[in-house]
Amino acid sequence: MEKKLLLGDEAVALGALHAGLSGVYAYPGTPSTEITEYIQASPLARERGIHSRWCTNEKTAMEAALGMSYMGKRALVCMKHVGLNVCADPFVNSAMTGVNGGVVVLVADDPSMHSSQDEQDSRFYGRFAMIPTLEPSSQQEAYDMMDFAFDYSERQCLPVLMRFTTRMAHSRAVVEVKAEPRPENPLNHNAVAANWVLLPANARRRNDTVTAQQPQLEEDAAQSPFNSLSLPGKAPLGVIASGIAYNYVCESGLQVPLLKVSQYPLPRRLVRQMLESCERVMVVEEGQPFIEEQVRGVSDNPNILGRLTGQLPRTGELTPDCVRTALRQATANQPTQADTPTFAPSPIVAPRPPQLCQGCGHRDVYTALNEVLREFDTPRVFGDIGCYTLGFLPPYRAIHSCVDMGASITMAKGAADAGQWPAVAIIGDSTFTHSGMTGLLDAINENADITVIISDNLTTAMTGGQDSAGTNKFEAICRGLGVSEEHLHVVVPLPKNMPEITRIIRQEINYHGVSVIIPRRECIQTFKRHAKEKKLKG
Amino acid sequence: MKCDIILCGVGGQGILSIATIIGEAAMNENLYIKQAEVHGMSQRGGDVQSNLRISSQPIASDLIPRGGADVIISMEPMEALRYLPYLSPDGWVITSSAPFVNIPNYPDIEQVKAELAQLPHVVMLDIEQMAKDHQVPRSANVILLGAAQHALGIDYDKLEAAVRRVFARKGDAVVEANVKALALGREG
Repeated sequence: MEKKLLLGDEAVALGALHAGLSGVYAYPGTPSTEITEYIQASPLARERGIHSRWCTNEKTAMEAALGMSYMGKRALVCMKHVGLNVCADPFVNSAMTGVNGGVVVLVADDPSMHSSQDEQDSRFYGRFAMIPTLEPSSQQEAYDMMDFAFDYSERQCLPVLMRFTTRMAHSRAVVEVKAEPRPENPLNHNAVAANWVLLPANARRRNDTVTAQQPQLEEDAAQSPFNSLSLPGKAPLGVIASGIAYNYVCESGLQVPLLKVSQYPLPRRLVRQMLESCERVMVVEEGQPFIEEQVRGVSDNPNILGRLTGQLPRTGELTPDCVRTALRQATANQPTQADTPTFAPSPIVAPRPPQLCQGCGHRDVYTALNEVLREFDTPRVFGDIGCYTLGFLPPYRAIHSCVDMGASITMAKGAADAGQWPAVAIIGDSTFTHSGMTGLLDAINENADITVIISDNLTTAMTGGQDSAGTNKFEAICRGLGVSEEHLHVVVPLPKNMPEITRIIRQEINYHGVSVIIPRRECIQTFKRHAKEKKLKG
Repeated sequence: MKCDIILCGVGGQGILSIATIIGEAAMNENLYIKQAEVHGMSQRGGDVQSNLRISSQPIASDLIPRGGADVIISMEPMEALRYLPYLSPDGWVITSSAPFVNIPNYPDIEQVKAELAQLPHVVMLDIEQMAKDHQVPRSANVILLGAAQHALGIDYDKLEAAVRRVFARKGDAVVEANVKALALGREG
């Protein structure tokens, strides 16, 4: 045993490596990025030749992992919660195919939306895909669970979903790790084509099999070492707590009957035991009321308390404070005041929102775009996911939408279809290869009247500067998709080039078809990092 | 022992390095540690904080409850005020006195300092200036850590040893600059 101070993300990564992982497949996304980065930097992974290069998006990642599993080896897929939407098709169907080598899909949810556009709870995906789901409550458990998860995946012939949240992903704790990593699985050809070819006849059979497995999966959860029920006897209040919420219940110091849930399907047998012994039950869970809704059913049982009944906030991250207050109120069975801290928040403190870095090329792109668009009455700029989404904020106030990866181009096209002009799309290089290329093909096939700006900073910047799948390939990709040579431009976004950039933007807006402008200059953060590395090397 | 610390500042000011050094020292003492960090979008010039908890007993929550922080270590004076509701009644605030102004509505710095001065236990140091004056321009954060040492419940020698271990791979010059910075902070 060795002790290491690890982020939740790193605990997952090391747990997977020690469980005999052969490949990690991922697209960067806060708060999941550090899992893959840890494996990329791991000497063990390098020694073993573990696959760890970034994928173009979460769908390609999930499918490549299935391919590795098909050949008998263990694969980990990592993403943020909205990434699971992108790979929903292979994820849901991976329950139908089943697995050969173990597959763990790690999804990091982001309640309170620290770096995301919604706070969807991935446990719902596990339930509706009929895939067993794990939810660690500590970094140690995250590490330990990986070994279990790969074994369980192979035993059940199903992928395993592991869900955690920002606070676990980005929090460090001391983790005891194994001295000896397990060997990788050897390549085998045991995968049965009749399971993996999801023709209706095969899929129906697999659907019956997986459906029939569900009661056993639930009983496994009831007996899981990660779930526990402490029920000393009859009590006025019991608590069901899952994942990291369990810690906040422990932090409160209140001694109550407690069901800890870290493995799903929800072990209803244990829930019923608690309901029989406790007059009221409070459900404390991070994210949406996933357990709470199942426990309540449609009966609206007034003795089930939680996010749906107002004791805990309906949305947003839990805190040790809101959990403590809710538990105190419920155990006292009367409203009690929340604790007032000694020091009040200072009224003079101003918000300090994130902003584009000084010297960032996106700044010059927005300066140029704003200067040109001032000449039009009602221009619309469809934005996308990346640092450049900050262009919505002052001083630029330059974009009018940001929905999901790639939506800039397709929304601009739809707007142009509706008669909007000018319709401008602005998308980053990594987001373009993630989900923008197919939309551009749609636009080209109809010669939609849109101007696409691919703001290329040669990296996936917002998540910390990971490699971008399309670097050095953008002109070729655009030409290949059918962008005409005279409407494809590359510029260098610097203040001194403002006249040229504005001239090209103006000219292409006035061209009534698809044009692509690629402002290209390295991200200032990676530029500084590269300069430093160069200096160190001498 | 138990020490709950809020580290705060503006993205890029180096609060995570302070956390790494304290974590290294605590780990060496076989203490329990939990350290919640902020990654991602907020790092772009926004306010950032890290909850660092060290204890001889197991720690449940990754987050510090309100009114529970023993120390706020802040690389920026207004950012120190942002987390006051987390400060315990006897808690210490150790902060840089130099404002980092990257927003148009930054409050009057004299008012910020006046609010800080009203707190029962506060240390305000112009760490940027001290770092420049003593030729350790990149170690302002370690000066601040030195100033916080007495409030952390970790022996100075152990903190210094942690500084040496954390910076070892960057070479002797960097190690010595940071050891010097730590001493400067202790002297105040």
